[in-house]
Amino acid sequence: MSDQLLAPLIALGKGAPVIETIGGITICENPDFAIASIAVRNGREKDIQTSLLPVIGRDLPGPGRAVLAGETSAIWIGSGQWFLLAPLGTHPDYACELKDILTDTASVTEQTDGWVVFDITGHNLIPLLERLCDLNSKTLTAGDATRCLIEHLGCLIICRESGRNFTLLGPRSSAVSLHHTLVTAAHSVA
Amino acid sequence: MIINHPLLGPRDAQEFVYLGDAGLIDRPDVMSETALDEFHDYLYLRNNPAGTHKELWFHEQGDRSWLVVTRNMTTHEITHVELASEYAKHRGRDR
Amino acid sequence: MSQKNRLNGGLIDRGDPLDFTFDGKSYTGYSGDTLASALLANDFRLMGRSFKYHRPRGVFTAGSEEPNALVELRSGARREPNTRATVAELYDGLDSRSQNRFPSLRFDLQAINDRLSTFLSAGFYYKTFMWPAAFWEKVYEPFIRRAAGLGRLSMEEDPDNYDKGFLHCDLLIIGAGPCGLAAALTAGRAGAEIILADEDFLMGGRLLAERSLFSDQDNSEWAAKVISELRSLPNVRLMTRTTVFGQYDHGVFGAAERVSDHIAVPAPHKPRQILWRIYTKRALLAAGATERPIAFDNNDRPGIMLAGALRAYANRWAVTVAKDVVVFTNNDDGHRTARDLKAKGVNIAALVDCRADAPLSNDFEILRGAEVIDSSGRLGLKSVKVRLEDRSVREIACGAIGIAGGWNPNVHLTCHKRGRPVWNADISAFVSAPNDDPALRGAGAAAGIFSTHGALQSGIKSSVEALNDLGMTATPPPLPEAEDTPIKIAPFWHVKDSKCRAWLDLQNDVTIKDIKLAHQEGFKSVEHVKRYTTLGMATDQGKTANIGALAILAELEGKSIPDVGTTIFRPPYTPVTIGAFAGRSRGKEFRPYRLTPSHKWAEEQGAIFVEAGSWLRAQWFPIEGETHWRQSVDREVIAVRNSVGICDVTTLGKIDVQGSDAAEFLNHIYCNGFAKLPVGKTHYGLMLREDGFAMDDGTTARLAEDHFVVTTTTANAVSVFRHMEFCRQCLWPGLDVQLISTTEAWAQFAVAGPDSRKLLQKIIDPTHDISNEAFPYMACGKITVCGGLRARLFRISFSGELAFEIAVPTRYGDALIRRLIEMGKEYDVAPYGTEALGVLRVEKGHAAGNELNGQSTAAMLGMARMVSQNKDSIGRVLAARPYLQREDDHRLIGLAPVDSKQTILAGAHLMNKGDTATAVNDQGWVTSAAYSPHVGSSIGLAFLKKGDQRLGEVIRMTSPLDGIDIDVTVTSPHFIDPEGERLRV
Repeated sequence: MSDQLLAPLIALGKGAPVIETIGGITICENPDFAIASIAVRNGREKDIQTSLLPVIGRDLPGPGRAVLAGETSAIWIGSGQWFLLAPLGTHPDYACELKDILTDTASVTEQTDGWVVFDITGHNLIPLLERLCDLNSKTLTAGDATRCLIEHLGCLIICRESGRNFTLLGPRSSAVSLHHTLVTAAHSVA
Repeated sequence: MIINHPLLGPRDAQEFVYLGDAGLIDRPDVMSETALDEFHDYLYLRNNPAGTHKELWFHEQGDRSWLVVTRNMTTHEITHVELASEYAKHRGRDR
Repeated sequence: MSQKNRLNGGLIDRGDPLDFTFDGKSYTGYSGDTLASALLANDFRLMGRSFKYHRPRGVFTAGSEEPNALVELRSGARREPNTRATVAELYDGLDSRSQNRFPSLRFDLQAINDRLSTFLSAGFYYKTFMWPAAFWEKVYEPFIRRAAGLGRLSMEEDPDNYDKGFLHCDLLIIGAGPCGLAAALTAGRAGAEIILADEDFLMGGRLLAERSLFSDQDNSEWAAKVISELRSLPNVRLMTRTTVFGQYDHGVFGAAERVSDHIAVPAPHKPRQILWRIYTKRALLAAGATERPIAFDNNDRPGIMLAGALRAYANRWAVTVAKDVVVFTNNDDGHRTARDLKAKGVNIAALVDCRADAPLSNDFEILRGAEVIDSSGRLGLKSVKVRLEDRSVREIACGAIGIAGGWNPNVHLTCHKRGRPVWNADISAFVSAPNDDPALRGAGAAAGIFSTHGALQSGIKSSVEALNDLGMTATPPPLPEAEDTPIKIAPFWHVKDSKCRAWLDLQNDVTIKDIKLAHQEGFKSVEHVKRYTTLGMATDQGKTANIGALAILAELEGKSIPDVGTTIFRPPYTPVTIGAFAGRSRGKEFRPYRLTPSHKWAEEQGAIFVEAGSWLRAQWFPIEGETHWRQSVDREVIAVRNSVGICDVTTLGKIDVQGSDAAEFLNHIYCNGFAKLPVGKTHYGLMLREDGFAMDDGTTARLAEDHFVVTTTTANAVSVFRHMEFCRQCLWPGLDVQLISTTEAWAQFAVAGPDSRKLLQKIIDPTHDISNEAFPYMACGKITVCGGLRARLFRISFSGELAFEIAVPTRYGDALIRRLIEMGKEYDVAPYGTEALGVLRVEKGHAAGNELNGQSTAAMLGMARMVSQNKDSIGRVLAARPYLQREDDHRLIGLAPVDSKQTILAGAHLMNKGDTATAVNDQGWVTSAAYSPHVGSSIGLAFLKKGDQRLGEVIRMTSPLDGIDIDVTVTSPHFIDPEGERLRV
């Protein structure tokens, strides 16, 4: 019998999160998010809001929006569907934790390992975003969150501070390609 | 083209996958006595008018919603966009 | 002689001289020059050879409409052919060459074509290269390939990068001439988000090319002031060197920005060009107008140019093309050219005006009612023949002639969405139809408003209107008092009774005669004439040529020009380099890769990878001593059959299906039943399309009463999810069911072989009993491994052996495979790749992509009885169509060669013994083939007519392409363990 715990490997496959600073732009792999999706069961919209109020402190966000409050974030990803993000260290089995809270009001699915997360910061990220996706990045303000297409990859972009601080979720299996795209574009605009 | 998503606002058609005639929502009853003929027409006789047309688009790189887009096939003018699930319910698909 | 033709003044920086080379020799120009203006300054008129006849040609225009002066820029891998010298910004060290000539520009051997012109007339490709057919490959094609094209490709990979980008604005203004600047100032001060784009490296348009347009200030200085103010506004984006080349639906425009074309080598990491996709609410087309020539005999010699271009070279670049200049005009604008050149000290040898009532001048001779009828000068213009009003002919010596045939508004972009221009008789030109499309308004000269005052006012008006559309208000800014000369023009397209050749399309060498011949041969529609003569089909799209041809067709047909109609302008407005369209998507970065959780480990093992869609999967794992892939694959297959093997199967699509109606939903999407599947069990499912053909297959596990995990094939993961969402949202929107993909979230490994349970027991925490009794075939469940890590275990088998699939959160996949390999050493565990996976499934007779290719029914796959008749599932009704149920349809069978040394070939066809190998006799085809270590020979899966009734029969497998025709035995598709006993131990 094995008694040795398995060691996790983060998405870019290096020993530590990769941090790149190019010009005024910092691109930082962030492996510390637990992610779960929740989808409301038929007719249970009110119940799920009530159950989650203690978790996120306010109502679940509407289309194109995220609630970024405290350690838990909630992001609208589709009709009746949200991603919930929390620190991985304290929420190792986040989906299970949420399912206990939500019971039969929502379907909960483990998503932590489906995504690579990059924190992108800088004094002006608009030129970078203009090279990456078709969103009108100038108009994104804190709490805006939407799916977008970056170099053929379906990503989720969350604005934390207009023009200066974004979190990008991309498909984990393409983490290396996505990172390459971000770094290349950053060099191009730096 | 730009599709004015009912929830997310204007989005580039590049984010969508096209299916075609929204008549595909009106799937016949399997139990009908003439089901074979009805399914044949349902599947193979789709509209493709030189004018206004209701068609299905899937927001694959967005919120994964199916939309019913009313578009003029000759000018590409889009006059109405709605969620296919709502449209389907209005058409009596309640199961 | 250095810059012999340079005049005083101009918008060039004499303090910044630039050295450049042309055809290997060094010259000097100034910052602000184009290659064309610098060459003209250095007394070059001859710059290239024409496409078909190799006639000597010089610069014809001063802008992007240039048909003639196409050159090669730079060298080595950065060599770029067919660039218009008129838009190539001069930089220090620019290395340029003429093209389409051999051995030299002044002496070109292929100029013999000019003597053969009788044989190279309209449609000569169609006439000459018709027969005999055998000549095509050996004679015609090599000939055409040698003669075709102008410049040479470098044949090396482009070392530079190209970016793509996306911009949004309220108002896009295309063109920064007087109209565009006035519009931008209006909208910019009103606070609208605007983009002002211009193809030139300097904004200002004709404000830079003319003089004395304003009564109280210099026009180019005013332009500079406005640009400076616009630059200071945060809501204005100025884009120079940017061509808006296409208009697409709903306010989408394509633009190419030449970021680094004006420097020798782009800065590190910087792109050469950027392809922008611009989303705008409103757009103004302020793209100006293009002057048009008047055709006369031998009107293509170097030195023969558009009059407005001569003026632009003199005013903006301080260059004259020659000391003695003739102007030939049908309108008052030609007189302006003569005045401006005269003011710069150039001798106007004569102004030839075809109008009998042309205005007169004290500064130079004006020949009223006269026409230029011919020219002479082999490599450059020496003189022109002028037929005077009294029909006498006078020869006038000159080095250049400026032709002023009026101006055509640049309506191109308004036509990209099928807008058709309308004829405006006042200016004898096509303009865009008024209110054709409020999303793109024509303004200024592009709308046929030619005076400076008119252009400025039109810019303001259009800008205000566009902003009003968007609910914004704007105040017209005060503007300088500008000239407001009325247009006086007498339509005149070509000199009648031409004796030899009068050129219309200079780039494709199309003459008036060619148009007449095409018409005579029955090509009367303007679209047919275009294709038959190639008029307007060169890289300049006939910007200076088309209207002349329309006029001639109109004469021949006895119609008016608008009745003849126009050809349709399509994007791009000017050529866009392919690299810009490719962007970063080239070479290894063509598409993003998807890597499996075991990728890093597999790389360390020296695995050979294969692209499966965008996934990179291990194809096989060679070990020391193996020199052929078959050795590795056979070993991996045998390991699975005899002990245990491990394969990364993460790539299979995994879709989480939850909700109180999840089971009913699965009943709809699968043809077989799912409602009765107990929790903790897995079931094979076959998905049909509505037409009754198989769409995809896979296993579905029920993890809870209201929770299933559906697996799809790797290839169909995306399309099956899309289909399931269609079923959920469009067909059964009332069901309580929720879907989400979890493909990436779980690292999943197949652990297959007789020792698989023993191996797994070493890592699965002991609280979980996976014995055959506790965890039988098709069981599934949540478990923990390696001391508490949550995992999922499925007892399913693709290989036909006792097998499991184990899934852990993706980040543990790397550690898990390392642990499994480590723990499996005592069982001689072997990792296996997609090749062995394929062999194992062919041996077991499992259908995969080759069999589920969209043409197979459940009956063909031997699964007819799976299609439940007790429920409403997709495809059920149409699968029951008699033709799809026919007895003699193909059935999935196995094949083995009669002679075990022979090879089964996928794609080969099956014939009965004795039949000739023809389509009529076709009995079916081989879908998959592999070498089976278990059978000891090559084996295959095939669809064979009535195959299920023909087991044991010997038939033939033929592939006429490969010269193969062998005897094969029809077998069960299950080469191994047909009873399925191995699965259940």
